[in-house]
Amino acid sequence: MIRVRGLTRRFTGKHGTVDAVRGVDLDVEAGELVGFLGPNGAGKTTTLRMLTTLLRPTSGEARVAGRDLLTDPDGVRERIGYVAQSGTLAFDYPVHEELEMQGRFYGLDRARARSRCTELLAELDLSELHDRLVATLSGGQRRRLDIAMGLVHSPELLFLDEPTTGLDPTSRAALWDRIRALRDERGMTVFLSTHYLDEADALCDRLLVIDNGVIVASGSPDELKRSVSGDAVTMTVHSGAIEAGQVADGIDGTSEVTVDGEVVRLRVRRGDEALPVLLNALRDKDIELASVTVKRPTLDDVFHSVTGRSLHEEVAA
Amino acid sequence: MKLLHDSWLVCARAMRPLWRSPMTLAFAMFQPVLFLVLFGPLLQPLGDRFGAPDGNSWQFFVPGLLVQLAILSPGMAGFGVIFEHRSGVIERMRVTPLSRTALLLGRVAKDAVTLIAQSALLVVAGALFGLRASVPGALLGLLLIGLVAIALAAVSNAVALRMLDREWMFAPTMSQISVLVVLLSGLLLPMSLAPDWLRWLSMANPLSYVVDAERALFAGRIADPVVLTGSLVAVALTATTVLWGTRTYQRQDS
Ligand SMILES: Nc1ncnc2c1ncn2[C@@H]1O[C@H](COP(=O)(O)OP(=O)(O)O)[C@@H](O)[C@H]1O
Ligand SMILES: [Mg+2]
Repeated sequence: MIRVRGLTRRFTGKHGTVDAVRGVDLDVEAGELVGFLGPNGAGKTTTLRMLTTLLRPTSGEARVAGRDLLTDPDGVRERIGYVAQSGTLAFDYPVHEELEMQGRFYGLDRARARSRCTELLAELDLSELHDRLVATLSGGQRRRLDIAMGLVHSPELLFLDEPTTGLDPTSRAALWDRIRALRDERGMTVFLSTHYLDEADALCDRLLVIDNGVIVASGSPDELKRSVSGDAVTMTVHSGAIEAGQVADGIDGTSEVTVDGEVVRLRVRRGDEALPVLLNALRDKDIELASVTVKRPTLDDVFHSVTGRSLHEEVAA
Repeated sequence: MKLLHDSWLVCARAMRPLWRSPMTLAFAMFQPVLFLVLFGPLLQPLGDRFGAPDGNSWQFFVPGLLVQLAILSPGMAGFGVIFEHRSGVIERMRVTPLSRTALLLGRVAKDAVTLIAQSALLVVAGALFGLRASVPGALLGLLLIGLVAIALAAVSNAVALRMLDREWMFAPTMSQISVLVVLLSGLLLPMSLAPDWLRWLSMANPLSYVVDAERALFAGRIADPVVLTGSLVAVALTATTVLWGTRTYQRQDS
């Protein structure tokens, strides 16, 4: 459904050049729900804007929904839906006017546009807002209407740029269900970008992790987590942290042992099996533990292991 | 035909807010009416010096006022572009298969329709003050004004789209263009009063030919060669600016 090779985009401005996307290759099959995960500024929006014909690539080639991006942009436009990160709606229009007009823009006649509008509003739980001004909608309602705008022509492929940013947890979960339903019930291909780990984890079949304009990892959330070298063990000791670190290091299968004050961190393939061994070894050295936790790897660990940074730090920055 | 159909859709969408509250149309007319009331009478005793027939300066002044309105009002169309860019509407429409030319034409058509309606009202108001004009001439004059509105709106759209990354520069840039074009068109006072250098400068301004044509039309001199010249200049100006505007909508570089 999407096939991209060597895609790059350089922005040239007065204050120097920015290489926002630096050689992206990706393939998305029909019916997949793929997440594009990366911190702010990674190049997600820039890539999506290129794939939706808004921005000309500096180099590279792409086929989107079976059409060549560079030679047949209109063919691409007819077959895709795109919901931009920052919204798509004018505030001074009633809900149904925006939606019906959008249908007309995609070639529906007046009657068809009207019935499609009714259909979509019902489907996205917006029916009672038919005549309301967009300005009076809540954030979650507006986002659902944005998505309805992208679905008006029943595209085969839908691009969603950070669909749940700014929504409360309940609306986010509800929106995830909608997005899943698009794929499950209609076989639509969905390509969405996100900087939320929980969203990537819970929603997507497959992830492409992007950092600094290049894809640094890809695979299903489980595959990616398995690729990180094991579980994270964190111990706090009352005294003898250094010695505890040495003990941990000596045990078969541990790696990445670090000592930070009274806290010892390490990785081990099977945390549940390694823990008793570790505890016995520490007792032999008379080291007393204050606490210990074992954590399965998260997507943040995946990101950390390929970039050396935490995704959350980037988001906070 | 796809271009016309698409332009019609874009225009229809742009007209919706106006349909809902038509009073905004009248509100935008407040300023030209002020000119009519507070500036028009000043010219009354000067009618002879302008070569206005029968010393009726309204026939000189109202056509100029129409051109001024056609420059200043559509010149602000870019604010709508900036506004709709912020809310994501421009990008959303650029992802649809709508013809790129229609994205521009539909928008400027709305500006032209609005302006022709306002101009018609202004002509009626002028008649109350004492304007006597040829009816066929005035109707042709309104058409010509529509072309000017399209040209200025197209320029304003293009300038706004090219300045999205420094939108605070749009208002000063566009108002400087507008004021320059107004001053060099002889629409308030005739260029026949101007020193040579100023008259030469005004000859480089396409709008000064349109102003001459408007005055001849309102005076009923439809066959006057200045009408033909003014119309050809207006058509050329509109074609050029629409082409520029369309290319701006086609651009994919920011
Ligand atoms: N129009 C533009 N002009 C200059 N730089 C840009 C432009 N758009 C994006 N960038 C830069 O490109 C990089 C990637 O941005 P973006 O694709 O928006 O990231 P993301 O969507 O992953 O947060 C950032 O450094 C950003 O500042
Ligand atoms: Mg983004």
